[in-house]
Amino acid sequence: MHTTGLAEIVRPRDLAEAVRLAAEGGEPLAGGTDLFVRLRKGVERPPFLVYIGDLPELRRISVGESKVEIGAAATHAEILASPAAARLPILRLALEAIASPAIRAMGTLGGNLANASPAGDGLIPLYLLGARVNLVGPDGERALAVEEFVLGPGKTALRPGEVIRSLDLPFPEGAPRAYFRKVGRRRALIIAIASLGALLWLRDGTIERARLALGSVAPTVVRPREVEQALVGRPLAPDALADLVEALSAATRPISDLRASAGYRRTVAGRLLLDLACTISPGG
Amino acid sequence: MRIQFRLNGRPVAVDVPPGRRLLDLLREDLGLIGTKEGCGEGECGACTVVVDGKPRLACLTAAVQVEGKDVLTIEGLSEAGQLDPLQEAFIETAGVQCGFCTPGLVMAAYALLRENPRPTRDEVRAYLSGNLCRCTGYAQVVEAVLRAAEKACPR
Ligand SMILES: Cc1cc2nc3c(=O)[nH]c(=O)nc-3n(C[C@H](O)[C@H](O)[C@H](O)COP(=O)(O)OP(=O)(O)OC[C@H]3O[C@@H](n4cnc5c(N)ncnc54)[C@H](O)[C@@H]3O)c2cc1C
Ligand code: FES
Ligand code: FES
Repeated sequence: MHTTGLAEIVRPRDLAEAVRLAAEGGEPLAGGTDLFVRLRKGVERPPFLVYIGDLPELRRISVGESKVEIGAAATHAEILASPAAARLPILRLALEAIASPAIRAMGTLGGNLANASPAGDGLIPLYLLGARVNLVGPDGERALAVEEFVLGPGKTALRPGEVIRSLDLPFPEGAPRAYFRKVGRRRALIIAIASLGALLWLRDGTIERARLALGSVAPTVVRPREVEQALVGRPLAPDALADLVEALSAATRPISDLRASAGYRRTVAGRLLLDLACTISPGG
Repeated sequence: MRIQFRLNGRPVAVDVPPGRRLLDLLREDLGLIGTKEGCGEGECGACTVVVDGKPRLACLTAAVQVEGKDVLTIEGLSEAGQLDPLQEAFIETAGVQCGFCTPGLVMAAYALLRENPRPTRDEVRAYLSGNLCRCTGYAQVVEAVLRAAEKACPR
């Protein structure tokens, strides 16, 4: 008989019960698009799963004055259909790049973050916007910056029994232009070989401020802050940025795997800077 | 564990062993073998069903996740012995060859037309990008979806 390979899936009544069950050793289950694939491989055997995907407390998306708050169990499709995506173009671009409509209707932003893959497309906007991760656990609530939350591939600062409640995405000042590109093989389902997201503040075609985030080229998503600094004051044109391609490549710490070699990843990551310059028009 | 949900419009209550996949519940316990298993890990779309109006992969869904929800499978599209216009269109355009991918493609297309009744060719291609077909080369499939859309809301 085929099962998901599990002893049991428990459905808590509310978030408090979910936390209690997680503290007893239950692993949270949201959309299942990462967890069920992992369990099928049989590498991992949690004693039981706690299904948090239908808890209303975890599904709310609210747009406030200064930020958007997204419940951890809101699906990518729900976020894309919400005003949050309209207000944060970088969030929309990244989530649209995730897999296929079915995976987007199942997978959640909280699951994408807890999975802590350097290839997680949803992490790029979180790094670019300086998101905060709101946690609830047996000892109460706390909040961490996303860069403190993700510790390495598949590793997070979650303590036993802690659950991600929501994500706070602050609105950036002004009106930065948003860019997101992922390089992979099959468009729909591909885990990125390399990806670059950016927020650029432009004035008369010149870069006033820049934030960049690279995916799939280091143990975590990285913000290459030296390159962000070096972009300031330059015109947004491929030839004006050409000498920074090397610097961007140098900010990576890629591995070789089935999908691509480290050298290829490093090269592609740098060249994405030229794609950025060609994709965002300096005007409009 | 006892779960209740709506299946193709009718309420059902079933006992499922812990950890049972929706795919196995449908195929093995309820005898609805229209939904297929290809890869079993989210890559091929053969197991696509529609849950509360949205596409969902039955191979990566636990039965308990559809508690209280509305599940539609390929069998539900032709309940009254009458094929759905989408199914008719797949036949007309030869969008079906071996047929293994077809239930998943039809259910994904069904979800698309619910969201977007008059998609463009590119929108159809993008929406079906999670469904693999080894036979048709996709052109006839895309044509079928466009034809069904045109028939349902002519311009
Ligand atoms: C075919 C396929 C294609 C994919 N393509 C992409 C892609 O293009 N880009 C991409 O980024 N990802 C992709 N993924 C990965 C996956 O879909 C996403 O990472 C998704 O967002 C995971 O969310 P989920 O709700 O399904 O997580 P789940 O599988 O439910 O959970 C994943 C992990 O997070 C933990 N968790 C979940 N929610 C919480 C919470 N609130 N608090 C604490 N821990 C929690 C779980 O315990 C588990 O360890 C793909 C997966 C598949 C199967
Ligand atoms: S069998 Fe479910 S996606 Fe392939
Ligand atoms: S018709 Fe054979 S796989 Fe699609």
